[in-house]
Amino acid sequence: MKVKDLLKNISFKLITGENLDKEIGGVYTGDLLSWVMSHAKKDDAWMTVQTHLNIVAVAKLLDLACIIIVENAEIESETVEKANSENITLIQTHYNSFEIMKSMLVKDD
Amino acid sequence: MNDVRFEFEVYSEDYVQGGSVSSDIKKYLHQIGINQKLIRKIVICSYEAEMNIIIHSLGGNLILEIKQDLILLISSDKGPGIKDITLALTAGYSTAGSKAREMGFGAGMGLPNMKKNSDLFEITSCPNGTNIKMSYYI
Ligand SMILES: Nc1ncnc2c1ncn2[C@@H]1O[C@H](COP(=O)(O)OP(=O)(O)OP(=O)(O)O)[C@@H](O)[C@H]1O
Ligand SMILES: [Mg+2]
Repeated sequence: MKVKDLLKNISFKLITGENLDKEIGGVYTGDLLSWVMSHAKKDDAWMTVQTHLNIVAVAKLLDLACIIIVENAEIESETVEKANSENITLIQTHYNSFEIMKSMLVKDD
Repeated sequence: MNDVRFEFEVYSEDYVQGGSVSSDIKKYLHQIGINQKLIRKIVICSYEAEMNIIIHSLGGNLILEIKQDLILLISSDKGPGIKDITLALTAGYSTAGSKAREMGFGAGMGLPNMKKNSDLFEITSCPNGTNIKMSYYI
């Protein structure tokens, strides 16, 4: 699944990012940055409620496919700016982690 | 290749720049052709060290040294030091304040991550500063 496939569902809102052809290799959920650093893998989509600008550095250092801000957590403007300048894909959704997984796994065709 | 050495300043409380030194280190390691797996290990360590300087210290620096068959990453700061190193190395132990915790720091996993992701991990600390030397075999 590519980032752009995820965005076909209107529940996902693209906040920043241009490289939407990026393949999502896996999924990681977590809000404690040290756990994310040691466990999230390259090309993972990272689901979190953290919206502070440090999430951009984590995504960049780990080469994550995108960050998905869950449950409509409010994103700080510094984070959006930083994600823009670092070309990190930031997506926001009202879904919780379970609903995101369901939407990724269940095909409705 | 000759040995090379880079030194990067890291400032106390500078959350906005947090991770930028590690990002430079990553870029450089990539340029000189270090393999992905090793880059990941070094970058995890440098990020944890960088954030610890920002969160817990009065400021310091990170040094990256590339030698023949060895990469060294050294973190050193100006204090206040770690009272009980054994305790600080215990997974889950953290003295991070509420500000850091709100941002997702304070899991008490930074030092354990550094230890796990380096081939050799040496740490000394006194009130004048903490020094961490991490070695990686290329
Ligand atoms: N450079 C440092 N100077 C002073 N104290 C430090 C330093 N680095 C770590 N410590 C102390 O060691 C504890 C454990 O550090 P560690 O990096 O493992 O966890 P943390 O920084 O609290 O949380 P996390 O890294 O998971 O976000 C810290 O809470 C702090 O008390
Ligand atoms: Mg830490």
